[in-house]
Amino acid sequence: MKLGIKPAGTIRLAAIVVCLAALEVACRAGWISRLTLIPPSEMASGLVAIVWGRAIEGEIAATMGGIALAALGSIVVGFLLGVLLHAWPRIRTSLDPLLATYYSIPIFVFYPMFIVFFGMNRIPIIIIGFLFAVVAMMTNVMNGLDRVPRVLIKSAQVLRMRRVATTFRIILPSAAPYIFTGAKLAIAYSFVGVLGAEFILANTGLGYQIAFAFNDFDNVKMYSLILLVVLVISAVNGLLFAWERALLQRRGQW
Amino acid sequence: MATKGSNEHPVMEVRTEAQVALRNVTRYFDAVDGRRLHALGPLSLELRKGEFFSVVGPSGCGKSTLLEVVAGLSRATEGAVLFEGKRVAGEVPEGIGVVFQEDASFPWLSVRDNIAFGLRERGAAAREIARRVDDALALVGLRDFAGAYPAQLSGGMRQRVCIARTLVLEPRLILLDEPFGALDQQTRLLMGDEVLALWRATGATVLLITHSLDEATLLSDRVGVMSARPGRFLDIIETGWPRERDSRLASEAAFGAITSQLWRLLREESKKSMGAGAPARVTA
Repeated sequence: MKLGIKPAGTIRLAAIVVCLAALEVACRAGWISRLTLIPPSEMASGLVAIVWGRAIEGEIAATMGGIALAALGSIVVGFLLGVLLHAWPRIRTSLDPLLATYYSIPIFVFYPMFIVFFGMNRIPIIIIGFLFAVVAMMTNVMNGLDRVPRVLIKSAQVLRMRRVATTFRIILPSAAPYIFTGAKLAIAYSFVGVLGAEFILANTGLGYQIAFAFNDFDNVKMYSLILLVVLVISAVNGLLFAWERALLQRRGQW
Repeated sequence: MATKGSNEHPVMEVRTEAQVALRNVTRYFDAVDGRRLHALGPLSLELRKGEFFSVVGPSGCGKSTLLEVVAGLSRATEGAVLFEGKRVAGEVPEGIGVVFQEDASFPWLSVRDNIAFGLRERGAAAREIARRVDDALALVGLRDFAGAYPAQLSGGMRQRVCIARTLVLEPRLILLDEPFGALDQQTRLLMGDEVLALWRATGATVLLITHSLDEATLLSDRVGVMSARPGRFLDIIETGWPRERDSRLASEAAFGAITSQLWRLLREESKKSMGAGAPARVTA
């Protein structure tokens, strides 16, 4: 039976399988200490046990829910702010230096301030995830709108299209690849922001569980949870990649 | 053969026999440094219904500005543009189609959907859209590429998609802004033949902006020669070609004579244009 995997995919899959097999052999043979790393098969069985046992089901759900909220919020708010700043070039010019240096600000340092404002709950963590992601979305939306060819706007005028029709049928489809890239980045940054905040600062969530297992020398739990995070992020990225490919294929650009 | 173009008619909004009438049209732009840049005019012109009129002139003389003013994409600072007796002001009137130099195909739509786009915007019935798009696809020779996307086509084919998207709306005035500017010489000649065939088939009036003297000579009933900025008509040359014509005209003696006449008029203007340096940055 054909799996329908292209050569590049086959090579990628083979490379992953070879690396995992080598790691498995190295760990089982004792070349790598168990205190440093456990065999991938143990990570997998540990992950199955965690998910099956449902011991930290609530923590996983809270983290994934937080990431979803941060990503959704940053995509919606980033999109709207991007559109507004694109429409108001003067405000954009004055904000440009701030946006350019935004990612040099260690957003985690604001966590205590968010606790003061919102209390000891998940809101500060979600806000950190949101703040990590929102500017990536915003700048990509502005880039996309900047790059809508002037001739397409003129074409809309020649077709006597009104402003709303021009926006939805010309401008947004034209800027769609950039907006999509912004959304992809927003999702990735939401993962980084939420998991990072949980890991460093919080006392709940998947990130906190990984940090706790690390401090407790519980390598099986730690690596199993890391595997869970990697699998979830890979699955989300895989879905987004497939979606993007389908969009670009429709434009004959893949 | 030559008829002088007038630049100083009084501004009037009157019914005219001409399909398009420009009366003392002038266009200024505000330069970024605060100066006022005189880009065009004053110029006056009348286009007869069903004629093929080309405009040639040195770079930066305001040819594209003229087209935008005629289309209603840009307002004349002074003077008036009339299309079928009605003043063009602020928006593109119904009945005008424009093909731009740049690729204006929509990359997210197939060739068929690109061509159908304007009809759908106007709320045409699905059956009517299918019929007119099929006709347009056949007219521009893209029937086999109906399902392709612009990125899968050559530059010439994409330009044909844009021409078809314009023609399908059956405009009475077609404005072509250097539509073959990005194409090689052979393709330009063949595209010229296609445009002539389409012009005959549709009966529309065509205003072509071009850098190419050969193209203007070959395609046009009349050629307007513009001065360096601010662009005014130096002369309007009547070619005298029959309506049934194609690129084989390029080997006739009269073709060379008209092209030479255009170049004689343009040579000094082009020198002036080259000596003028880069135009100031402007705000529309």
